[in-house]
Amino acid sequence: MTTTTGPHPTRRLILQGAASVALLGLGNLPFTAAPARAAANDKYPDEAFKQKNEADAIKALYGKTAEPSDKVKLDAPEIAENGGVVPISVTTTLDKVTSISFFVAENPFALAASYRIPDGTLPSVANRLKMAKTTNVTALVEADGKLYSATKEVKVTVGGCGG
Amino acid sequence: MASSIRVRATSNGDITEVQALIQHPMDTGLVKDSKGEVIPAHFIQQLKFECNGKDVFVADWGTAVSKDPYVKFSFKGAKKGDELKISWTDNKGGSDTTTAKIA
Repeated sequence: MTTTTGPHPTRRLILQGAASVALLGLGNLPFTAAPARAAANDKYPDEAFKQKNEADAIKALYGKTAEPSDKVKLDAPEIAENGGVVPISVTTTLDKVTSISFFVAENPFALAASYRIPDGTLPSVANRLKMAKTTNVTALVEADGKLYSATKEVKVTVGGCGG
Repeated sequence: MASSIRVRATSNGDITEVQALIQHPMDTGLVKDSKGEVIPAHFIQQLKFECNGKDVFVADWGTAVSKDPYVKFSFKGAKKGDELKISWTDNKGGSDTTTAKIA
């Protein structure tokens, strides 16, 4: 009898100890991961893709705000019959372009795609995006450390969220 | 197995135009199937193009990129016959790689 009750408290203590250590470890993770993200980082910008709102996504990705520019040419259809496949492209006459990103304002997550443009690659990208509903599409061009944008409204007749 | 990546890279003087089409479901994690169960998110996160040992284009994608994604871009500094290496990784750890000769 004494032998069966004996080991229990200690084992429980050890387990509790292990659990609290594990919790501490998990709790620390987000804080240590956060500062590692910068605009020019080579890593996948996880946090930016999780932002629901466009302004937050831009902040998470670049840490600064953009100014509209007529040197950014966004090509998107007036009306997209199928929101699941909306052809969108952007080109710019700006110099020293380092990245181009696409945002769809009222999608569940605003940031759709972000492209890194190394030296020697032309600042022009075409792709296809999903759009949940009629909303603004914004192309952001990072050139010489500054952000420039172009926005266009695309009317969606059938949403891209299935169902 | 056939590659999930189809690429066409054509040289036009100094500029190489690249078009790529990838087969991938690009599930958002927000859509339900016919039984009402959520289809888990499954999408390409990063797509890389390398030529002559240098990254020429890197795409970071979220779930809002269409199913079977398409992308087009152009770069300088390559010539006909050079090899272009394309690779992607998705959020479930899946990946694929292929190479294409610039025509």
